[in-house]
Amino acid sequence: MPLLEVRNLRVEFPTRRGILTAVDDVSFSIDEGEVLGVVGESGAGKSITGTAIIRLIEPPGRIAGGEVLLSGRRIDNLAAEDMRHVRGKQIGAIFQDPLTTLNPLYSIGRQLAETMQAHLGLSDRDARARAIKWLEDVGIPGAAQRIDAYPHQFSGGMRQRVVIALALCAEPKLVIADEPTTALDVSIQAQVIALLKRLCREHGTSIMLVTHDMGVIAETADRVAVMYAGRIAEIGPVRDVVKGARHPYTEGLMGSIPSLAHKVERLRQIDGSMPRLTDIPRGCAFNPRCTKVFDRCLIERPDLMATDGASRAACWLYAGPKEARDAA
Amino acid sequence: MFAFIVSRLFQALPVMFTVSLISFAMFAYVGDPVAIMLGQDYTEAQRAALIQDLGLDQPFFVQFFAFLGNAIQGEFGLSYRLARPVSDLILERAPATLELSFTAAFLALAVGVPMGVYTGLYRESWLSRFFLTISLIGVSLPTFLIGILLILFFAVILGILPSFGRGDTVMLGWWSTGFLTTSGLKALILPSITLGLFQMTLIMRLVRAEMLEVLRTDYIKFARARGLSNRAVHFGHALKNTLVPVITITGLQLGAIIAFAIVTETVFQWPGMGLLFIQAVSNADIPIMAAYLMMIALLFVIINLVVDLLYYLVDPRLRGSLSGSAR
Repeated sequence: MPLLEVRNLRVEFPTRRGILTAVDDVSFSIDEGEVLGVVGESGAGKSITGTAIIRLIEPPGRIAGGEVLLSGRRIDNLAAEDMRHVRGKQIGAIFQDPLTTLNPLYSIGRQLAETMQAHLGLSDRDARARAIKWLEDVGIPGAAQRIDAYPHQFSGGMRQRVVIALALCAEPKLVIADEPTTALDVSIQAQVIALLKRLCREHGTSIMLVTHDMGVIAETADRVAVMYAGRIAEIGPVRDVVKGARHPYTEGLMGSIPSLAHKVERLRQIDGSMPRLTDIPRGCAFNPRCTKVFDRCLIERPDLMATDGASRAACWLYAGPKEARDAA
Repeated sequence: MFAFIVSRLFQALPVMFTVSLISFAMFAYVGDPVAIMLGQDYTEAQRAALIQDLGLDQPFFVQFFAFLGNAIQGEFGLSYRLARPVSDLILERAPATLELSFTAAFLALAVGVPMGVYTGLYRESWLSRFFLTISLIGVSLPTFLIGILLILFFAVILGILPSFGRGDTVMLGWWSTGFLTTSGLKALILPSITLGLFQMTLIMRLVRAEMLEVLRTDYIKFARARGLSNRAVHFGHALKNTLVPVITITGLQLGAIIAFAIVTETVFQWPGMGLLFIQAVSNADIPIMAAYLMMIALLFVIINLVVDLLYYLVDPRLRGSLSGSAR
């Protein structure tokens, strides 16, 4: 049984111009101790998927369909108070910008202690001792002295370490890390990712790593899901997706990563841009930009299907003979 | 911390100096005190004697520094009309105004903040809409009208609350308080509601706007993602972050309540400083006006100092310059 299972998740935002489907029929799972990378362009629905799992979508946005199961138990229909105990205790979250995710008015020690006390029922003294331990674990020098310091007294990288400690301190089974390094200095990014990976390995925590940095995914993830216009375009083991992409979009995405090994005149790019979620084309959402587009792509929307590789892709190129016959 | 307070007090000196200059200028340019004091019939010799007696033949700045020296000792001369020391008059009246003002401010905070939090959290509920509609009335109806309506309803029609005065008071040293008698407390109800209503609706709307702002921030979302209880998120994390602007406005409004209790005191014939001031204005009783002006200026200076100190208490980012934080 997978740790997290998302089935046909659909997230909608009512707007003045009608309903906008930010996440459309997304299904995937994460095993215990596994790192699933989720990549895609801005607006592809990566972050919304993560936010929907912990049910923190800002109204008027709402989960319009699908199921989310944690250790086989449905959590998408839990009462608000029960969901609160899932957040932090079962599923931790790390947000993009460490400068804004910490409350400026409370010391980091207090924020750690209150999180642990909300879930683990610790005494003040135990919570404080554990908070110091966590700060040491995430590599804050002089943790015992700095536990009473306030967020503004830390640098961006240090704050993200504190955020990681906060996400992990109640020992969740899964961490949803939403672009954890995007706001950081390039020199700090690798350290923070390494830290997150090491801590999760030590605690057996799974990670859903949302990012648009393919380099981070290639180094960190076990499997990767590529999202496009609210749907998963391709999902599979990271090596297969990076080295042998099956979906033309993934192929284009990988082709546009600059490489030091090969000397290329010009960076390749995918022509056009992702459609707005209000006017997604009929058929496959990628069809206006696809180099391998054919008739069926313009009419019918493909679901994830097995390919000739290890990954599954939502592309008619891999429709078997039977499916081709059904369509005919 | 001590250095901060001292430096703030030094910054207040020019303010007080300017205000005293303006206060003093009133003596020279608003009306003729000699004519007022002598009345209708006087001889030129009497007039000259009084001018010399009052020191009005001295140069402006000599007179000003004499005034300033007296003012620092709390000495503002005699009231033209009542022929009593102004400082005595003000001290006599101050407890009434201060008790009324602080009760009004307390009401405004104790009701305004929870209403603001509620309307910020439950934007769509009918109770929030009701509060907002009521607050519109509080913001837009003039104070005297509210006072008169309250008198009409509670004093005239229902006859359960007094329509004017302070009721019975008890002397604690020189301080006369209405808090210790039933009639004193009953007399306090209508004026304090009248005086506090505008502030209450202002605070409510301010807290609501700040709550809406803060609830959208990442750290509130992160606090929820950490699984903290709603209570901890709303009152611990969100409300505390709305406090800095609320403290600022409340401080200024407290000053305004005390300084401009005039209307309410007139409507309810409340024997406070506001009533004293309005009577002084209609009689061109300049010593009282000057003393009142300086006292209100001092009050604002003190309130600003307290507000600054409260900032330091609430927001650790502002403490950095004091404690020398390590980075």
